Amino acid sequence: MPELFASLVPAFAQDAWNLLPPLVQYLATVLFKILLVAIVVILIVAFSTYFERKVIGSMQARVGPNRVGPIGLGQPFADVIKLLVKEVIVPAKSNRFLFVIAPLLSLIPALATWAVIPVNDWFVIADINAGLLYVLALTSLGVYGVILAGWATNSKYAFLGAMRSAAQIVAYEIAMGFALVGILMAAGSLNLGEIVRAQEGGLQYWFLWPLLPLFLVYWISGVAETNRAPFDVAEGESEIVAGFHVEYSGVAFALFFLAEYANMVLIASLTAIFFLGGWGSPFEGIAAFERFHDNLFFGWFFAGGFPWLFIKMAFFMYTFFWLRATFPRYRYDQIMRLGWKVFIPVTIVWIAVEGAMAWFEVGPWAGLTG
Amino acid sequence: MNRIVSYFKTFALWELLKGLSVTQKNFFRKSVTLEYPEEKTPQSPRFRGLHALRRYPNGEERCIACKLCEAVCPALAITIESHVGEDGTRRTSRYDIDLFKCIYCGFCEEACPVDAIVETRIHEYHMEAPGENIMTKDKLLAIGEKYDAMISADEAADAKYR
Repeated sequence: MPELFASLVPAFAQDAWNLLPPLVQYLATVLFKILLVAIVVILIVAFSTYFERKVIGSMQARVGPNRVGPIGLGQPFADVIKLLVKEVIVPAKSNRFLFVIAPLLSLIPALATWAVIPVNDWFVIADINAGLLYVLALTSLGVYGVILAGWATNSKYAFLGAMRSAAQIVAYEIAMGFALVGILMAAGSLNLGEIVRAQEGGLQYWFLWPLLPLFLVYWISGVAETNRAPFDVAEGESEIVAGFHVEYSGVAFALFFLAEYANMVLIASLTAIFFLGGWGSPFEGIAAFERFHDNLFFGWFFAGGFPWLFIKMAFFMYTFFWLRATFPRYRYDQIMRLGWKVFIPVTIVWIAVEGAMAWFEVGPWAGLTG
Repeated sequence: MNRIVSYFKTFALWELLKGLSVTQKNFFRKSVTLEYPEEKTPQSPRFRGLHALRRYPNGEERCIACKLCEAVCPALAITIESHVGEDGTRRTSRYDIDLFKCIYCGFCEEACPVDAIVETRIHEYHMEAPGENIMTKDKLLAIGEKYDAMISADEAADAKYR
């Protein structure tokens, strides 16, 4: 596929490109990739806010936004422009520097994690072998933005929200990490591309089936990690107004908003990569469809490619909104109980089961011990 | 046995799936939203909106300054002053309704012995400056003249229930 794009570039441009020193070529390629991924991710984030309001609207027998542009598609841009022109108010007794930097601290890790996410067989910004560790590290970093925001605001509601969020993220981080250990055992690699390739061959090879409990734990922990309903006690508008971002307005609030949705998109994509075979097509292994694999326009449907990752991500985004439209908020002690006393034991038990199955060479782990 | 079943149901997230299926069913239901400026709900001829003062077909004011509406008004929104007109009849020199005080109960309309004060179906109006909330006699009479056809039609439609 990259060769196909290269053949479209005119000859003189290719000659000019080849004259550049290799370092410049490399930097230009990487920068282009980063720009491409960042723009696409931010667009997906913008439209997922629209998608959320439409989905929840439909579930409540409403129509959702439909005034700006055709069927309301301009709504995300209207929202962004509104937030950009509003004033950023910094509370007098806040820590000004931390107050301003906190939204950035929560947004940057959410976007930086995309560096290791393979969107298809050949497109990934950094194909590093410790990809899984990088993902774990950066998704945990996001909580610093929340804690700092709550602390720097110097308001009791913001501080309460930040503390709740911190405790919750620490609790669910552990369950999430254990679920990823299961992935690591099944795939035999920390490289996200390798993890997807280990699930190659169609629907029945996806880790979803042998790791079903881990999948559920990972997904629910992911919802808790992003502070989304029903785990949104950090915002808890009925008790603590808006939690850690009570005092934020204008662009600073927009960044928090962006970070929340970027994290959601990230968790949705990661779940698709870990458990649903990433860019892989569910029809990959079917011999009857193999003659379509080289088709330029719908070959991806049978051979796999970026659209499949997008479809799976969109499904999980839908589930996020579906959960929000269905469930009331958890009580705080129930959240803690679920995290520590249910999810962590379940993941540990399933890791043990997985280890036993690998030892006795049952199922997809046959040959791992060899 | 029941405990075992409920234990398995907990781990299968049974109750949660039931809840999710309810919202998913609603997802495919037709929306009930009424898109207001383009679509409007039907109105009763008894709708109590903006007030109006009426005249007889010969142009004479109906209001005889009996002040029953002022007396019955629970929000004290009506202020009336009267004088004796050149034909010797009692007339209002001032008839003010404060729209901020008015609760649109329709008591004034019911108290009026000559059907002078009525509440029309107009409910989409606004004020742009302080003081515009006071509906003076001139303004009320103007509304009555402008919407006379609508007021008469509503009154006729409701007549058999009175």
